Amino acid sequence: MKRNDGCDGLTGISSWFQEDGLRQVLQEMEALYEQNQADVSEAKAAGRADLIPSIKLRHCCLLRNQRCVVAYLYDRLLRIRALRWEYGSVLPANVRFHMSAEEVQWFGLYKKSLASFMRSIGGQEGLDVTQDMKPPKSLYIQVRCLKDHGEFEIDDGTVILLKKNSQHFLPRWKCEQLIRQGVLEHVMS
Amino acid sequence: MSDALSEDGSDINQDDSQEDVMTPAELIDKLEQAWLNEKFSPELLENRSEVVECVMEQLTHMEANLQRVKKGDAKAGFHRMEIDRIRYVLSSYLRSRLQKIEKYFPHVLEREKSLVEGQPSLLSPEEFAFAKEYYANTETYLKAVALKRMPPNLQAVDMLKAVPEPSLDSFVFLRVKERQENILIEPETDEQRDFVVDLEEGSQHLMRYRIVAPLVSSGAVQLI
Repeated sequence: MKRNDGCDGLTGISSWFQEDGLRQVLQEMEALYEQNQADVSEAKAAGRADLIPSIKLRHCCLLRNQRCVVAYLYDRLLRIRALRWEYGSVLPANVRFHMSAEEVQWFGLYKKSLASFMRSIGGQEGLDVTQDMKPPKSLYIQVRCLKDHGEFEIDDGTVILLKKNSQHFLPRWKCEQLIRQGVLEHVMS
Repeated sequence: MSDALSEDGSDINQDDSQEDVMTPAELIDKLEQAWLNEKFSPELLENRSEVVECVMEQLTHMEANLQRVKKGDAKAGFHRMEIDRIRYVLSSYLRSRLQKIEKYFPHVLEREKSLVEGQPSLLSPEEFAFAKEYYANTETYLKAVALKRMPPNLQAVDMLKAVPEPSLDSFVFLRVKERQENILIEPETDEQRDFVVDLEEGSQHLMRYRIVAPLVSSGAVQLI
């Protein structure tokens, strides 16, 4: 018997959703269940107590399969949840690519719940709790652009152009997310 | 941080009519206590929405006052920094709550269901809505993808058993704020006996969370 709890890498979604593996396990469960049904009715009709151990064994296999499948799916959900905190509400295409349609749907619902939670804090426009992930050390930080990002507006209305390889001195709270998305890099001096 | 704020607070909020006697410094003190307790306790603590709301109000005030300050004023930088620091503490506090809610969602909701009347709810209404949605989405997902394709007797999963409970026996560091007498320490192993200790004000200890959980929620000890 094969188990499909082949885990993804330690962080992030690095492998495909194991649709085939899942299907195989489900088929195996169906087969086990049918055999058990047949054996149970024979054990009842013909009074064959010798069938009971194998029925029990199959039932344990069924429970184990169920647990493995649920653990696999739940583990992936937790990783997908972490992506929301890492990348923001829009996932990069290569990550999305590895998710099943249902997972994408779950992600959408998760991000909706989170957004309405954040909006409801404090009554007005709310508070984005996915920002300010690290304690602030200084107001402005030196950042370098890793790719072209286009125009970017700072609080006081100034618009700057984020061009690849350009360096800027920007308010930390404005660029946290861009750093996590890999658009900017924090230059340590 | 609270020292810096008290200067800030008296300076920037002169026009702020405080209905209750709490000064901004006390408010931030409260937030910090709630934040540290929440950060270090293994289980979800009671919500402090009143503190969260006041701090949010305070932040809005400070932001608005900051708009009036002239550009290039050195003071503006300090205030900006202070706002950032408060916002960090507030976000971090709400984040650690959300993380616990997500990690232990079936248990959190179960406790909410079993509340006796008058007993305070752990979750704020917003958190409760979030937890319920999280539960429903996850359950729907598992059903749709796998459970409904399983044999009839295996289509249900007991979430309470499937999702681990917070470990109340984990150890926490704490500082005593109000003197406590006769705290019963239960034995960890069979060879040990239980004994009682007195906790002196200002002393620091390392103990199992379970023992001090009531003191944490009453505010008599502070997790550090």
